[in-house]
Amino acid sequence: MSARPDRRKVVVTGIGAVTPLGIGANTLHDRWVQGNCGIEDGAGACREFDPKEFLSVKEARRLDRFAQFAVAASDEAIAEAGWNGEAPYDPLRVGCVIATGIGGQRTIEAQLEVMRERGAKMVSPLGIPQYMPNAAAAAVSMRHSLRGQSYGVVSACASGAQALGSSLRMIQYGDADAVVCGGAEATLTDFAFACFNSMQALSPTGASRPFDLRRDGFVMGEGAGVVVLEEADAAAQRGAPVLAELVGFGSTSDAFHLTAPQPDGGPASRAIELALADAGVAPSDVDYVNAHGTSTQLNDAAETRALKQALGDDAKRVPISSTKSAIGHLLGAAGAVEAVATVRTLQTGVIAPTLGYEVPDPELDLDYVPGEARPLLTSNGHPPLAISNSFAFGGHNVALAIRGAAK
Amino acid sequence: MSVTTEQVETRVIETLASFGPDASQITRAATFEELDIDSLDLVELAQVVEDEYGVVLKGEDMKDLKTVGDAIDLIVERAG
Repeated sequence: MSARPDRRKVVVTGIGAVTPLGIGANTLHDRWVQGNCGIEDGAGACREFDPKEFLSVKEARRLDRFAQFAVAASDEAIAEAGWNGEAPYDPLRVGCVIATGIGGQRTIEAQLEVMRERGAKMVSPLGIPQYMPNAAAAAVSMRHSLRGQSYGVVSACASGAQALGSSLRMIQYGDADAVVCGGAEATLTDFAFACFNSMQALSPTGASRPFDLRRDGFVMGEGAGVVVLEEADAAAQRGAPVLAELVGFGSTSDAFHLTAPQPDGGPASRAIELALADAGVAPSDVDYVNAHGTSTQLNDAAETRALKQALGDDAKRVPISSTKSAIGHLLGAAGAVEAVATVRTLQTGVIAPTLGYEVPDPELDLDYVPGEARPLLTSNGHPPLAISNSFAFGGHNVALAIRGAAK
Repeated sequence: MSVTTEQVETRVIETLASFGPDASQITRAATFEELDIDSLDLVELAQVVEDEYGVVLKGEDMKDLKTVGDAIDLIVERAG
């Protein structure tokens, strides 16, 4: 089925998530399918997360909350992949790419407070290692003794998807046999709210209702998503569980405006087209789109145009839903968490709805899966194929193509 | 202000315990290696000591410290 026999195939063997809907990838998908929303008081906080369940005192106090989320999600993903305490490959050939939009926001704020209150000499030596944007990648690499390439990826709200794309290439190119990758974010602070509010990016009503006529901004959330990718032959050889196949990655930039998407969705559309071409599939093969769907006026309109342009006539047929309707916008973690949700959608054959979507916008006329969950129908008898979109402040566009595992 | 060895010992053990090791393991004879106390922890300990007793401990002073007792003795000596 792949149009690129020259490339190594890459499969997903484990996934993990910490989100406002709770701990775990199944919790995320199950609760979203049931119509539960993790947003309270205008924020998607991970209320069920207790670092003590995952980390020793020493580990917890050395990690900012965003890295704590990443470690917890990586434990789940690696357990599902069946690595049982150590990677089933030469550790030097296992990579680790964990994205973030901001990094250790809470640590920066806390240490700035220490400096102002108690002087520069009292600032913690753990400040930098906690707030550096690569802290989550470092923590996950150390935790699981992953000794191949490890780094953070930063492209605002596209970061998480970009981490999966970079990791896909790392394996395809032969630089690694497996990569633990994803994204993490924890920026629910007064300062971050103030910053996003002053941009008028956040919903003043605290409602995340992507594509709805009444949408008025995004709702900030926090969490992490982690995926274990393995080279397909090696995974098959060790009898690994294959949850899905990461078949395509496309990325472009608007080069248009610091924060606003290009209104016609041109470069975003091109990212989707590139992901489809990378996967060797046509728009008619697409069975589901996990949208970026932020609930802002601009994104949801531009994304709809991008999908119409990239998918042509098929845009009307394909069900499109936004995970952000259930958990808010996890910024640098969003793309990874949404890839996790997409993998479970492909596995379970159940598409979760765009929650809160009630009043259609006449300009946005695609199928946004209103109301309730529905079965994922495949168009051609093959394993289902999904696209997961991520677009970012800065004009970064990423689309991933993910195919369900062959039954 | 004079500081007793007991006061320093209590404060050092309390501080080290907040870094992770079980308080029961932290004795005068325990080594930092056994307790998994590394250079970053020792910098934090030095900040507490400076804040509390006005004793400035530099990396130079800390590098030869092997046990909890070594640290307590050095702090008491400098504070005196």
